[in-house]
Amino acid sequence: MTDDLFVRGVRTAARVAETSEGAQELAPRTTTNSSELRREVGAVLRLPEGGVLDPSDIDVEQRDDETMIINMGPQHPSTHGVLRLMLELDGETVLRTKPVIGYLHTGMEKTGEELTYVQGGTNVTRMDYLSPLNNELVFAMATEALLGVDLPPRATWIRMLMSELQRVSSHLMWMATNGMDLGSTSMMIYGFREREMVLSFFEKTTGLRMNHNYIRPGGVAADLPDGWEDDVSVICETVLERTYEYDELLTGQPIFRERTEGVGNLTAEEALALSATGPILRSTGVPWDLRRAMPYLAYDQVEFDVVVGTYGDNFDRYSIRLNEIRESIRIIRQVLERMPPGDYRVQDAKVTPPPRARIDESMEALIHHFKVFTEGFRVPEGEVYVAVESPRGELGCYLVSDGTSKPYRMHIRGPSFVNLQTVPVLLRGGIIADAVAVVSSVDPVMGEVDR
Amino acid sequence: MTVVLPEVPRSPGRHVDEMAFPPRERYHDLVAAYRDSGFEMCVDVCGVDYLSHPGRDLPEGVSPGRFEVVVNLLSLSAKRRVRVRVQVPEADPVVDSLVDLYPGADAMERETFDLVGIVFAGHPDLTRILMPEDWEGHPLRKDYGVGRVPVQFKGAPGPR
Repeated sequence: MTDDLFVRGVRTAARVAETSEGAQELAPRTTTNSSELRREVGAVLRLPEGGVLDPSDIDVEQRDDETMIINMGPQHPSTHGVLRLMLELDGETVLRTKPVIGYLHTGMEKTGEELTYVQGGTNVTRMDYLSPLNNELVFAMATEALLGVDLPPRATWIRMLMSELQRVSSHLMWMATNGMDLGSTSMMIYGFREREMVLSFFEKTTGLRMNHNYIRPGGVAADLPDGWEDDVSVICETVLERTYEYDELLTGQPIFRERTEGVGNLTAEEALALSATGPILRSTGVPWDLRRAMPYLAYDQVEFDVVVGTYGDNFDRYSIRLNEIRESIRIIRQVLERMPPGDYRVQDAKVTPPPRARIDESMEALIHHFKVFTEGFRVPEGEVYVAVESPRGELGCYLVSDGTSKPYRMHIRGPSFVNLQTVPVLLRGGIIADAVAVVSSVDPVMGEVDR
Repeated sequence: MTVVLPEVPRSPGRHVDEMAFPPRERYHDLVAAYRDSGFEMCVDVCGVDYLSHPGRDLPEGVSPGRFEVVVNLLSLSAKRRVRVRVQVPEADPVVDSLVDLYPGADAMERETFDLVGIVFAGHPDLTRILMPEDWEGHPLRKDYGVGRVPVQFKGAPGPR
């Protein structure tokens, strides 16, 4: 067996040496025909409305020796992970861009088919690592749709509280890294400082700072800790106050505005055609927010505004995220006042394991607990697509069940994966120095892009 | 403007306004008609391999194929969702690409090609997107084994 392993090791090493992505890369201009070039220059050319970009705009005859193809990433501090961009440059101007992804692909959809619905949360939570609770939420909601269970109101409101806090923490993280990408290192420190407050509350509630597995099919894993109202009030007050400090630090700052206004423009037609959702779509003036348009949880019972932009540039995307923090805090404050009492899990013995204390008293409870966590529960046959509004856009889960305790197929529609298609359009004609700012404003999380 | 949608088998679904099951030849026409009737966005494209679960619930007149391409469309103006499920046979896993209708389907179709191995005819750049270029096989097919790290325990079964 050792011999076998050794041989396998050699073969693996030979494969690893091959690092070229071949056809996935951006081809040089000489080997690219004009229709291919048009496609790369902007998917927008294929818009059904047509004429958003003038085809004669593309200089097909441009001589190859005047342009240069460079790699940005995958090991680049500003690409937020392992995103690799191949850029064709003419001097400092970006002509074509091609994102090359897959460096963080770990086959999580395949893994999801091998895990029970109980275990599935631990898998999906690792996809979008900046908003793990939203991933758990969409997976749990899809499972519940197949099971046909209705949640007690407290579970719904706890989920809403947690997912809004997650939105705050995710946007704070974005503010921090976006500031860093534009050279404002103090924003980096402030953003992380405030995010840490939210993560401490998560740690108190779920036991972990990230990858919680807190929202599970049938409710949430545990009730909120004693005194959670005080903790959340402090977070709301502090973060809201600090957002006005960010206004002073960035929003009104001439250098920041110069670097963001009018950079990376996108129109509403382009955003819709490229299936962009979330802050990118809203920055173009389309008031589309799933929390408002197709309410889930109890979002139809709380008051909040959908923030939209006008120009679809980096500054709009910045201000949308900043103001979404404020709107989230507004929702959190309403949840604080109106949190209903009651169960935090559905009292359906099929889905919910018995509480820990019962295991010490009852043999049946012990067996039941053991069965839920080893075999899981059976989910009726069917298929469902459920979508929620994650901080990055529409996060969807397509779940197919064949009647066993494991999903037959679990597909996650990651908003970052789809939003990444806007990068070539946003970068085209801009300068290379803005590439970092533009990629940052799209807010891709590579864990979710590659899954 | 009212668009007449092609006559294909339909059924209601959970959390969706309508599910349509077009045959392969009418799939592109149906999605085009949906787009013209106000479905502005193609939210999701994914593929499912029904190799080990062939007896799924399908409306009358739809013969199950091994693969299924599932397309979720969204109308922002009408706040409606439809799901188009097209059956793809094992022998010839080819369907028309939607890139000419929805440019945003580009990456999602590449992902479906990469992981499930369905060929989208007319896609301008059908290359692998998540797996390396020289990878063999399509991981999300049901006859593709789950990866396993060999562990050197005494008497442990070898790698699959």
